Amino acid sequence: MKVTFPAMGNTRIAIKALLEGLRLEVIPPPPITKKTIELGVKYSPEFACMPLKINVGNFIEAIEKGADTIVMAGGWGPCRFGYYAQVEREILKDLGYDFKMVILEAPDFKLSELFTQIRDLAENVSFLEALKAVKFAWDKLKAVEVMEKDLEYYLPRVKEKDKAESIYDYALESIDKAYSKKKIDNILAEARNAFCNLDFHGENILKIGLLGEIYTILEPAANYDIVRHLGRLNAEVCRAVYTSSWINDHLLGGILGKSNHKHIVQCAHAYLGSWVGGHGQETVGCAVDFARRGYDGIIQIGPLTCMPEIVAQSVLNRVKGEENIPCITLYFDEHAGTAGISTRLEAFVDMLGRKKEREGTKVPVEIFG
Amino acid sequence: MKRVGIPQGLFYYYYYPLWKVFFTFLGAEVVKSSPTSKKTVDIGVNLAVDEACFPIKVYYGHVSDLLKKDVDYIFVPRFISIETRSYICPKFMGLPDMIKAGIKELPEIIDMTVDLSRTDKGFKQEILKTGSFFTNNKKKIKEAYNYALEEYKRFGELVRQGYTRQEAIKVWEGEEVFLSEKADLNIGVLGHGYSLYDDFISMSIVKRLRDMGAKVHLPEHIKGEDIEKEAASLPKRVFWTLGRKMVGSAFYMDKNSDIDGIIYVACFGCGPDSLIGEVIERKVKKPFMLLTVDEHTGEGGIVTRLEAFCDMLIRRRKLSESNISCYG
Repeated sequence: MKVTFPAMGNTRIAIKALLEGLRLEVIPPPPITKKTIELGVKYSPEFACMPLKINVGNFIEAIEKGADTIVMAGGWGPCRFGYYAQVEREILKDLGYDFKMVILEAPDFKLSELFTQIRDLAENVSFLEALKAVKFAWDKLKAVEVMEKDLEYYLPRVKEKDKAESIYDYALESIDKAYSKKKIDNILAEARNAFCNLDFHGENILKIGLLGEIYTILEPAANYDIVRHLGRLNAEVCRAVYTSSWINDHLLGGILGKSNHKHIVQCAHAYLGSWVGGHGQETVGCAVDFARRGYDGIIQIGPLTCMPEIVAQSVLNRVKGEENIPCITLYFDEHAGTAGISTRLEAFVDMLGRKKEREGTKVPVEIFG
Repeated sequence: MKRVGIPQGLFYYYYYPLWKVFFTFLGAEVVKSSPTSKKTVDIGVNLAVDEACFPIKVYYGHVSDLLKKDVDYIFVPRFISIETRSYICPKFMGLPDMIKAGIKELPEIIDMTVDLSRTDKGFKQEILKTGSFFTNNKKKIKEAYNYALEEYKRFGELVRQGYTRQEAIKVWEGEEVFLSEKADLNIGVLGHGYSLYDDFISMSIVKRLRDMGAKVHLPEHIKGEDIEKEAASLPKRVFWTLGRKMVGSAFYMDKNSDIDGIIYVACFGCGPDSLIGEVIERKVKKPFMLLTVDEHTGEGGIVTRLEAFCDMLIRRRKLSESNISCYG
């Protein structure tokens, strides 16, 4: 059994570690390239959202590299993601591929059932080994997120952006290869050290909250690498979504430490009175939260036609007026012209910068309408 | 007398008789927005975010239209779920909030929450809450709801008699609607009711097909249990109520030898349509056409495609008839 899985940013490192820990032969999806997206777009429904198209591209490339089993997550709506696996299986079958699809989902999502499904996948490991694999994957996930946060912090502050990026890239590669917790800790310490030794420019930094749909936030190939883009414009990005906190909030019910999920939902409540599937309500809540914590601006991102994000976007119009925070929404699809996105990001950052310079005199919110 | 405005969009086509009787029974006057027109669309497109689907934009236009009609309340229900373990669509779940954020100087919004995904306990509370805008008499509110439910059932029977939902509403209100019996072709037409039966959104697809000499079969004309049975043949239950109805209807029509072809009317930007349309297209063996509608109003494209589809069905039938051996 050669297992593959859908790519979602750096979570691939953790998922790979988990599956390998379960003594499965893993064929990780090849890095997402233009070709991956082209393949996905060619065979997916025209109006499906971007993650589905990238998934299909991932799977085709992985199957061609020899994978015969796909591990995919499911769900019960109302977001389209819950039906992804079904449609993807039909598409790949009609293309003539021979494979098995394991869908991790339960009628009412309970952690115990997820464990049973993982156990079925890994028949020949003991419970202790499985637990170890989960623990190690979790360690890697946390390490990856430390690196991501470091990059978000240092990239806007240093003079040598290229060097900061190569430190980050090298560290991620090393984490992927690492086989012990100790090794991971060493990598993190070294990377932190290297970041600190870079030259800092000492200028003012803008703080921007990045919120929206989880896949688009986590997968650089689906968001034109927006974190680095903003970092190079001397803007520090704070993301609303991290995989580990998502798992803690949604799968574990917050048992792994304090979660601010309740607070976020409370923030959203005055603007959006119901959950709307996906990350819609969290997006609104985080926007309110960022505004109250004094961020300079917020950027909402999501795949084109994403239903929960459209609801959130409609409501954000009110949030930006009442909480007085500039906000733009960017939707991404397979269209590959980066210039349009760059121009809009630069304009937004310039505007925030000017607003900050004239401290006290507020820029009318209408400008960002 | 308090005036309640009901926008002529989205679930209007499914529940208008229920709402109208309920509010009228409680002593309110029910005011509908004007039927969808170019103007409704223009206003809606301006108010809604660009990425919203067409029916949602039209709904903004209808709410805005009601502002001119001097109403005390506008009824904008929040539909989370109308049956167990299924949803409508995220946009319905956030609708009252979207409307409040998008339109200024609104009268008071009655935003009843319909969530039957687990139990109907909360729903009863919501009915009382909605009724309490007009009376404090709980018994009267319950009576109004039961009475409205009766009328809703009568409306449901009308819908099953070959009318579209829009025609059924007209018949229910006492108008006469004439259905032609003469039909050469039998075509199944699927789509979300709020886009299919709104003559402006769907560019009167049903009427056009009838004019071309086709009898139009709609999901409403098929028995509920038949739809569910067919829909259950998929490996995973479709968790969108309307989406599942369409999958079931499409499979049922596919097996029904009377039906020559199936047309699916999808809305540009509709989430469920993008996947459901794909599932149906991959499974159905009969001639199948997916038409996507949006705010552009070029009717030529739609007419040409409908004509081509009908011509193709007729030619196809001649072809298969000529395949029958002349020697018996």
